[in-house]
Amino acid sequence: MKTFDVEVRVWLKPSVFDPQGHAVEQALHTLGFDGAQNVRIGKYMHLTVTGETEAEARKSVEQMCERVLSNPVMETYAYELKETVV
Amino acid sequence: MKWAVVVFPGSNCDEDAAQAVRETTGDVVDLVWHDATDLSEYDAIILPGGFSYGDYLRSGAIARFSPAVEAVRREAGAGKLVLGICNGFQVLTESHLLPGALLRNNHLQFRCEMVELVVDNNTSPFTRAYQLGERIQIPIAHGEGRFHADPETVEDLRKRGRIAFRYAHSPNGSVADIAGILGEGGNVLGLMPHPERAIVDWMGSVDGRRLFQSMHQYVEEGLADARANA
Repeated sequence: MKTFDVEVRVWLKPSVFDPQGHAVEQALHTLGFDGAQNVRIGKYMHLTVTGETEAEARKSVEQMCERVLSNPVMETYAYELKETVV
Repeated sequence: MKWAVVVFPGSNCDEDAAQAVRETTGDVVDLVWHDATDLSEYDAIILPGGFSYGDYLRSGAIARFSPAVEAVRREAGAGKLVLGICNGFQVLTESHLLPGALLRNNHLQFRCEMVELVVDNNTSPFTRAYQLGERIQIPIAHGEGRFHADPETVEDLRKRGRIAFRYAHSPNGSVADIAGILGEGGNVLGLMPHPERAIVDWMGSVDGRRLFQSMHQYVEEGLADARANA
């Protein structure tokens, strides 16, 4: 059994208005960062999973993301996974 | 008839909902803990407002996996009435018993105020005591009430008369000013405003009374029919 380190990011789909991102963008402009655009606020989650193979671990993480960690109605996700070396 | 109000850790409108039902219908109401696995003895189930499981991850996201919500799913499938108020609405969308999702208000503020709603469907078990197009006063109290669904879903809700209530002036940026929607079978209603906070004069409005009375009348008629056919 292998252990994998997983980093999951979840954020609102591009088609969904993100009021937090919008407010932060305004603040950045107020501070003079005129080039800052398309600010989106999301969530970061860190976990470890175990599995016989990397493919199995990935499948499990994708199911977690689809079913619990994100709500596909409004959110999208991405993750990175790497085997932890003991 | 008999009502259940499901209590999650973090629910805070459960007692108000139960009291509103007793006050407006005289029916028996049980507060049922979230680990209940069988709700078949109840004719109507309310998922109350509050912050179930601290609203961790997303509003309603963790409550969705509780045994009581599985039981609610079964009873909804069997045609029982299910009413989700505020956080209860969020639980119903997270559970896919209702389409769409509820997001942060577009202005980021928590709004606690009386709002005007327009009754968009008065043929459902929840709204039959209202007039079509009637304007009613019901308070809201939420930070995450902006209803979102893709345009096809919203069009479908509109075409099938599944938008029960709209805001006269949207307090949160909801698509199509949606305040409350019906499930596919018409026996599930989710709404962000709190009808249980508009049942006696001193609350500033009594317009919430007829929602509970509609449900009562609908169920009692069904029970009477069942007795007549027995």
